[in-house]
Amino acid sequence: MARSRILNAAAGGLFLATAVVGEAAALDGKAVFAEKCASCHNITGPASTTFHGVLQRKAPDLFYAGSKFQREWLVRWLQSPSRIRPSGTMFLNHLVTEDGKDRIDEGAVKPCASRLSAAESEAVADYLMTHRDAKMRAGVVDRDKKFSTSRALQLFTKQYPCVGCHRVRVRDKETGGVSGPALTDASERLNPDWVYARIENPQYWDPKTWMPKIDLSHEKREILTLFLVSRK
Amino acid sequence: MNRLALSLGCIIAAAAVAMADGQTETVEDTYRLYCVQCHGTAGTGQGINQTAGGLAVSARDHTNSVEMSKLTDEEIRRAIAKGGDAVQKSELMPPWEGVLSAKEIGDLVALTRKLCKCVAAK
Ligand code: HEC
Ligand code: HEC
Ligand code: HEC
Repeated sequence: MARSRILNAAAGGLFLATAVVGEAAALDGKAVFAEKCASCHNITGPASTTFHGVLQRKAPDLFYAGSKFQREWLVRWLQSPSRIRPSGTMFLNHLVTEDGKDRIDEGAVKPCASRLSAAESEAVADYLMTHRDAKMRAGVVDRDKKFSTSRALQLFTKQYPCVGCHRVRVRDKETGGVSGPALTDASERLNPDWVYARIENPQYWDPKTWMPKIDLSHEKREILTLFLVSRK
Repeated sequence: MNRLALSLGCIIAAAAVAMADGQTETVEDTYRLYCVQCHGTAGTGQGINQTAGGLAVSARDHTNSVEMSKLTDEEIRRAIAKGGDAVQKSELMPPWEGVLSAKEIGDLVALTRKLCKCVAAK
């Protein structure tokens, strides 16, 4: 009796394992991406260099996804995406004006359309992680380095305009503007070296991004990065 | 000679990009891309970051002729290029000289004068 239960469990495990392996082997992340994602996302680069091109962008560029994201986050998120950009890919496309005041038409902002199965998600995450930026410096930020949260907050909300465009959560309270991506869960989502590089030169990644390029010392950029990649 | 060829090449490349797009960028486009997010589509200071509560200090109403006529063109140019900090205003007004050329900033100064329908302080 006990023996047969073990046998059953073993057989079940075996069955599951072969099923997953079988599906994964049949899955080519590149092909899945071409079929289900390429209609919205640019995976080849380069980024648009004109205002009109940016207005027509349907979804964020992914040609440097391997530098930007953490693989485990991708695997989870691609199965049921949540909203990252409160104003959508390009805020001007979702903007309404009432009584002279602009606001975002929430209903018009759609999350990413990805609804991948677990196995598809693994394959597509692998494929995305091969898209790396050759020039980005790795190992610039040590995410375990100690930093002062109050100094980081001072930089993010008082000394520089970051909070004007980005939502962050500080002690369970969300504050900030909406024209940039929410940075509330950057700890699981983003690669610290990329965050540093994105703050250093926003226009290198997207020539027509509406984030300003601000001259900061290495020390300030490092603190801002450590602060952001500790948000969850 | 080499340098001339190079800069000519740049000019041609830039023209090709503008042509491929079929449209050239106007100062109104520049304002929409970089300024409307805080200053609003009408320039009245009611942009999405303002109405969402992201700005602890209100974005300047560029149509307010009383307030705007207190500023010289040089002060406006300095605020756009170097940020609010550089003119003793809020640092929520970002510096744009890392992104915009001197000509683009000059055109924006002129645009804010059009929006306020006012002349520069002396
Ligand atoms: C109908 C258009 C559409 C399709 C199809 C689509 N996406 Fe998206 N995707 C979006 C939009 C819009 C966003 C931005 C969502 C946000 O910020 O809230 C996005 C965001 C993303 C992001 C995060 C990017 C970033 O920089 O934050 C990833 C990764 C992604 N999509 C992958 C995929 C994959 C993989 C597929 C195919 C399985 C896919 N998407 C299919 C529209 C789409
Ligand atoms: C005027 C608005 C604005 C300001 C001010 C601003 N940003 Fe951004 N930021 C953006 C936009 C727009 C993006 C990219 C949008 C996209 O990818 O769709 C961005 C992207 C980012 C990203 C990458 C996030 C992601 O998920 O793709 C980080 C990190 C970031 N900003 C940090 C900062 C920091 C730190 C500051 C202050 C020094 C700052 N930003 C100031 C608008 C702004
Ligand atoms: C992140 C939000 C934000 C963005 C983006 C922004 N501004 Fe501002 N701006 C502000 C705020 C806030 C003030 C008010 C500062 C104060 O009164 O202390 C301001 C003030 C100004 C002023 C008045 C300066 C003074 O001396 O009183 C001008 C002119 C101006 N902005 C122009 C621009 C232009 C042009 C752009 C686009 C290139 C732009 N701003 C983008 C937030 C922003």
